[in-house]
Amino acid sequence: MIELNHIKKTYSKGLVTALKDISFSVNHGELFGLIGPDGAGKTTLFRILTTLLLADDGTATVNGLDVVNDYKQIRNCVGYMPGKFSLYQDLTVEENLHFFATIFGTTIKENYTLVKEIYQQIEPFKDRMAGKLSGGMKQKLGLCCALIHKPDVLFLDEPTTGVDVVSRREFWEMLRKLKKQGITILVSTPYMDEANLCDRIALIQKGEILSIDTLAKIIESFPKDLYAIKSANIFKLLQDVRSYPGVGSCFAFGDALHVTFNNSSDKDVIKYLHSKDHTDVSMKLITPSIEDCFIHLLSPSI
Amino acid sequence: MKQLIVFIKKEFLQVFRDKSTLLLLFGLPIAQIVLFGFALSNEIKDSKIVVADYAKDAVTAQIINKIASSKYFDIERTLQSADQLQTAFKKGAIKLAVIFPVNFAHDLEHTNKASIQIIADASDPNTATAVTAYMTQIINDYNMQLGRGAGLPLQIVPEVQMLYNPGLQGAPNFVPGVMALVLMLVCTMMTSVAIVKEKELGTMEVLLVSPFKPLYIIIAKLTPNLIISILNLFIILILSSIFLDLQVRGSILLLTIASTIFILTSLSIGLLLSIGANTQQGAMTNSLMGMMLPTLLLTGFMFPIENMPLALQWLSNIVPSRWYFIIVKKVMLKGLGFTSVWKEVLILASMCIFLFTISLRKFKIRLQ
Amino acid sequence: MKPVITTERLTKRFGDFVAASELTFEVDQGEIFGFLGANGAGKTTAMRMLCGLLAPSSGKATIAGFDIYEQTKEIKTKIGYMSQKFSLYDDITVSENIRFYAGIYGMSTKQIKAKTHELLEELQLESEAKTLVRELPLGWKQKLAFSVSIAHGPDIVFLDEPTGGVDPVTRRQFWDLIYSAADKGVTVFVTTHYMDEAEYCNRVSIMVDGVIAALDSPNNLKQQFAATNMEDVFYELARNAKRKGD
Repeated sequence: MIELNHIKKTYSKGLVTALKDISFSVNHGELFGLIGPDGAGKTTLFRILTTLLLADDGTATVNGLDVVNDYKQIRNCVGYMPGKFSLYQDLTVEENLHFFATIFGTTIKENYTLVKEIYQQIEPFKDRMAGKLSGGMKQKLGLCCALIHKPDVLFLDEPTTGVDVVSRREFWEMLRKLKKQGITILVSTPYMDEANLCDRIALIQKGEILSIDTLAKIIESFPKDLYAIKSANIFKLLQDVRSYPGVGSCFAFGDALHVTFNNSSDKDVIKYLHSKDHTDVSMKLITPSIEDCFIHLLSPSI
Repeated sequence: MKQLIVFIKKEFLQVFRDKSTLLLLFGLPIAQIVLFGFALSNEIKDSKIVVADYAKDAVTAQIINKIASSKYFDIERTLQSADQLQTAFKKGAIKLAVIFPVNFAHDLEHTNKASIQIIADASDPNTATAVTAYMTQIINDYNMQLGRGAGLPLQIVPEVQMLYNPGLQGAPNFVPGVMALVLMLVCTMMTSVAIVKEKELGTMEVLLVSPFKPLYIIIAKLTPNLIISILNLFIILILSSIFLDLQVRGSILLLTIASTIFILTSLSIGLLLSIGANTQQGAMTNSLMGMMLPTLLLTGFMFPIENMPLALQWLSNIVPSRWYFIIVKKVMLKGLGFTSVWKEVLILASMCIFLFTISLRKFKIRLQ
Repeated sequence: MKPVITTERLTKRFGDFVAASELTFEVDQGEIFGFLGANGAGKTTAMRMLCGLLAPSSGKATIAGFDIYEQTKEIKTKIGYMSQKFSLYDDITVSENIRFYAGIYGMSTKQIKAKTHELLEELQLESEAKTLVRELPLGWKQKLAFSVSIAHGPDIVFLDEPTGGVDPVTRRQFWDLIYSAADKGVTVFVTTHYMDEAEYCNRVSIMVDGVIAALDSPNNLKQQFAATNMEDVFYELARNAKRKGD
């Protein structure tokens, strides 16, 4: 459904590299996640696929159409919600939706079934100016506007950034329902934990794809044993574990440290920590999270 | 087509919901005209004048009486020689001098025609126009009285002479100047800001990704500004007629058509400016810096272009407001028709087409 | 430990709308206090009151011992502030930014010089001292902004979503900075949308519809709600919020 072949893009006359040789494909009906921090190149990638930017090199197709030559047809069949998309602040919810429906040559009525479930949640506020909506509501309205013309492919650039956990969950719930209707969805996010809601993910950093696969396979490919170490004083623990010879990587994860060792398991670390006056020390083997994998892929040497 | 209408409707909604911009749009011309109107009307009462009566007959006595009884004038003294007249003007003590030639009554009686010389200090052009207009009116009144009494077409012809500023740069020039400035600024600024605003909101990306034609985006953005600007034009004309007593002498239709061409030219410039800017602030600065200065300096209503260095004179030729200013002066003040302004209209129209084509070409169907 | 933030029934109304209702809590010196809440729950309002930017409608509060109504000037010398949206000036260099902020807080030229040197060394940014801030990667910018916000030695630092959009490694480096600041006795008051970061806090409060719905250590909260992580705790509390539309 979406295919990229060796896409390259630079800004400022080649001085800033946004994308280095990106290739991947997204299947029909797939919910595909592009995961990476700010500045990784996600937005550039979206803009190339939505025909808004020209790549320096490489080819890409959406729905079998070339992003350069067939841009007009592509613009007819994709829905796009840009990252900084904030609708018309000075138009009401209903006016915004009506406007975008008309621009895409359709009416709210015609495709109401598709957006019904989402729109009903914001309908109580339909006479409110879009600028006065909360973050979560804005995202929902934005999604409605992107969906109103029943696109084949939906591009959502960081739809959940800055939105609270509850709204984020609701948003992903909506995406899953849309997927069931056969819409291909490419979504980007800086939140690693949203990876488990996607069929497949691509981890991206500094214009390079670190890994593309299903979440399970990416986690499987984590090359080392990962341990969670806890103690009463986490800050001191962090410093002490890091100073312990033989520790490969050590990062704080919630209330525990996620640690890998250079030479398989090293149980002596517990003794070492006790000698450093730690209390309530525990250590157990855990399954890596996507964030562990991302950190590992960022700096494979450790 | 329906898409276009909905888009235009949206633009209007946004304009009318933005109270501060609306205030600026309509407040600017109103404030300028009204302020100027007040400044002007306060000055005309009891203007000091001198009378030099070389004839000293019954008719001149009657006319002098009539002038003296007018609330507009206060006869300072009567003068005997031209030298005294000169000094009085140079001191700035008087606004106007009325001179009756030696054979006034004689001429009137025998040739049915006599002339009065009216000399005004035009260094303050607004006052000068006003006082000469009043004086001429008084003399015309007297003319009518004479005509009724004698049953003969007697005629007293006032010969007006403007001292110091014969071209009368100023008063009536002010209105065409305000028109050129306001329309230019409002059009370029509104257009560039309106487009850049969409870029800032991220809505431009969605519009570009939609099947909506880029040409439509441009038309939709321009239409409300065009209508508002024409509305503004009429507000200026009505206000200047009420407050400044300055009516359109020529064809209003011609003036409207020429103005529309000028507005479209300014809108195209706004469109061009918006392409380079990415923030509303940037767009605003561009239109102020890029448009305000040339309009103020090179249009000719603040500084006469004839007196400028050649390079600037040459440069002023590419400033659209310069040509518009000439058209308005000719049509509005002098009452001339299309035959005398067709050159300027043609120049303006070609500028308009040229700029609009470029902005269409330059308008990106993609982001940069 | 002595409390550096105390509030008692702190309330802010906008007309009929109660943005923050009867907030009562204490934050101890050197504590990392997570201040969570759904969009529109009243977090920003509460934070603005505590920084002395917004006068409360009723209730009491002291910051670093100073009264929130009467002594906002004194409060401002005792707090630091950093947010994701506004932190540093993009168009001047790294060292110019440091000098500017230190100057605002009335440090002497000598102190500023020493502080600039110390900060750059600590962040290993010496080579970037003359770089325009806009050219720094986001993560570095945020770390620098944090260091600048505590450069004048405040008792409390308020962090408004400091790590939004930052990559996971940098995010953790950022928290290392927070920990070491807290270790030196600075109280850290932080909001975030990353629920794993909530676990790094000593205590966490969760606001829902203008009131504090829960306040405890992450471990206790997880036990109380029988949840495996803070995200579930948060979800459980905020799920039925009425103020979602606001």
